[in-house]
Amino acid sequence: MSKVMTMKDAVARFVRDGDLVVMEGFTHLIPFAAGHEIIRQRRRDLTLARLTPDLIYDQLIAAGCVKKLIFSWAGNPGVGPLHAFRRAVETGAPRPLEIEEYTHFGMVLRFMAGASNLPFLPTRNYPGTDLTTVNPAIRKVRSPYGEEDLYCVPGLRPDVTVVHAQRADADGNTQVWGLYGVQKEAAFASRRVIVSVEEIVDPAVIRGDPNRTIIPGIIVSAVVHEPFGAHPSFVQGAYDRDNDFYVQWDAISKDAAGLAAYLEEWVHGVPDRAAYTGKMAARARELQADTQMCAPVNYGF
Amino acid sequence: MADYTTSELMVARAAKELKNGDVVFVGIGVPSLAVNLAYRMHAPGLCMIYESGAVGCVPTRLPISIGDPCLVTGSLAVVPMLDVFNLYLQNGKIDVGFLGGAQVDRYGNINSTVIGDYRAPKVRLPGSGGACEIAALAKKVVITIANSKRTLPEKVDFVTSPGYLGGGRQREALGLRGGPELVITDMGVYRFDDDSREMVLVSLHPGIALDTVRANTGWKLKTAKDLAETPPPTPEEIRIIRDELDPQGIFLRSRAG
Repeated sequence: MSKVMTMKDAVARFVRDGDLVVMEGFTHLIPFAAGHEIIRQRRRDLTLARLTPDLIYDQLIAAGCVKKLIFSWAGNPGVGPLHAFRRAVETGAPRPLEIEEYTHFGMVLRFMAGASNLPFLPTRNYPGTDLTTVNPAIRKVRSPYGEEDLYCVPGLRPDVTVVHAQRADADGNTQVWGLYGVQKEAAFASRRVIVSVEEIVDPAVIRGDPNRTIIPGIIVSAVVHEPFGAHPSFVQGAYDRDNDFYVQWDAISKDAAGLAAYLEEWVHGVPDRAAYTGKMAARARELQADTQMCAPVNYGF
Repeated sequence: MADYTTSELMVARAAKELKNGDVVFVGIGVPSLAVNLAYRMHAPGLCMIYESGAVGCVPTRLPISIGDPCLVTGSLAVVPMLDVFNLYLQNGKIDVGFLGGAQVDRYGNINSTVIGDYRAPKVRLPGSGGACEIAALAKKVVITIANSKRTLPEKVDFVTSPGYLGGGRQREALGLRGGPELVITDMGVYRFDDDSREMVLVSLHPGIALDTVRANTGWKLKTAKDLAETPPPTPEEIRIIRDELDPQGIFLRSRAG
C-alpha cells in the first residue's frame, strides 16, 4: 500500500505538539524540508534529539517550537557557534531551553538501545568527564562478568523520526549511500517514521540492490517525494553541501531579528520545498553533484 | 619576518607526530591539514578516519566539515557511526586522535562545553561531540590550541574530555588508556611529565621568548632541560599546505601570521 503523501500531510498526521522528535543525518541528508514544515505548522513544546542540532534545530529553536534539546555537539560545523541555541541557553529567548547533553558515542548508544528495546547500553567512555555530574542519566554500573565499572546511557524512544534519503519505494523501503550517520538506529527506536526522498522508485529497483536498504518499509509511516529536501546539507550523488550558506547563517542568525526575517522569507514565505527550490534555482544547479558510478555487483546464485 | 605563518608551522609540527601506518581520527582545521600533510610527505600508509563514518579517506578538496562528501568518494569504507565508536574507537583501533577546545589545563584536560557555571554559562560552547570518547579511548591524543592565560588556565571550567585529571596516576586509576601526548600552541610545543603528568614546554617556536610564553600561560610553567626551537616548516611543506591543501586560505589565512 502506498504511503506516499505531501510533507504537509505527513507532518500534520505524524508530528504532534509535545512530541519527542528526531530529524537525524550527520552533516549528510539532514531533513531540512521536514524541519521547515514543522515550523510552518507551528508545532509547540517539542523535545528535539540529534547529535548535532545544526542549522535545522537552530531554526526550530528560534521559531519557538522547542522546549527541550537532547544533543552532543551544538555548533555550526566548520563555522562557529549556533546563535539561536546560544541565545536560548544564555538568555532564555525566545523561550527557555532545557538541555540534556551527551557525547556523540552516548547519543549513538541511546538510539541503539532504544532500537534494540533495551533500557540502556554500556560504554567504556565517560570516566573523568564532568558530563556525568551535570547529566545524572549517565550512570555507572558494575559489570556482572568482572571487576570493572562501566558507564551506561538510557535507551531513547522518539515519538517520531524523520529521515531523508536518496530513494525509497512507495512502501518506504529506503536506500542510502554515503555517510549513514545514525538514521537506521534512530528510525528503529522510533514509534513513527517519516521518510523523505530525492526519488521514489519502483520496488524492483530496491529489490535489485537489497544491501543498500537501511530502513525497511515495515517501520515507515509516510513517504514524501522531496527533491532538494536536504538543502543546505547534501545528498551524495545528488547535490553538494551548500557551505556558503552555512557560512552566511552565522550573519543571518547573529541577531534574533535577522533570523526571524530569514524564517519569514524562506519558511513561512513559501508553501513547500518545491517553492523554496524554485526561489534558488540557480544555486541548486551550481550544487548539482558530479557523476561517479560504482561497478555493478552480481546478486545471482 | 619568516615566509610562513604560525598556523603553517603548527600544521607542519603536528604532521611530524604522525607515523606511516597510523590510524588517525581526524578533526577539521589544523588537524585535517596536518594529517593530509603527513599523508603526502612521509606517511602514505596513514589511515584517516572521520567520526562521520568515512574510513581510509583520500579527500581531493579541503573538507569544510567532518561530514564533507569528498571524504566518501574514493574512501576504503563508509560505516555507521555506531561502528565508528564501538568497533574502531572503543575496540582500540585508533592510534592518534586530534583535539582542540576553548581551554586546556595544566594536566591536559580539555573544555569545549562551557565558560563559567554550567547552569548559568557566561559562554555556551558546542560541547563534546566525539571529543570525550576520543580523549578516553584513542591510544594517544594530540592537542592544538592558542597560547593565552584564557585558553591555558591552571584548571578548566569544565572537563569535557579527560586528560590526566589531577595529575599523577589519576587517569590510569579510572581505567583509561592513552592520554594527551603533545600540545601544540601558537607559541610552543608541550609534552607531559612521566610522573606528575604536568604539561612541560619542550620547544619554543622561532622568535618566541620564554618570558612571553610564561606571561601567556595560566600556571607556573615548567620547561624541559633541553628546551629546543620548533623546526620551521620546510619549503616543500609550505608548498603543499598552500597549493594543495588549503589553496583558498580557508583555515589558515585568517590566523595569526
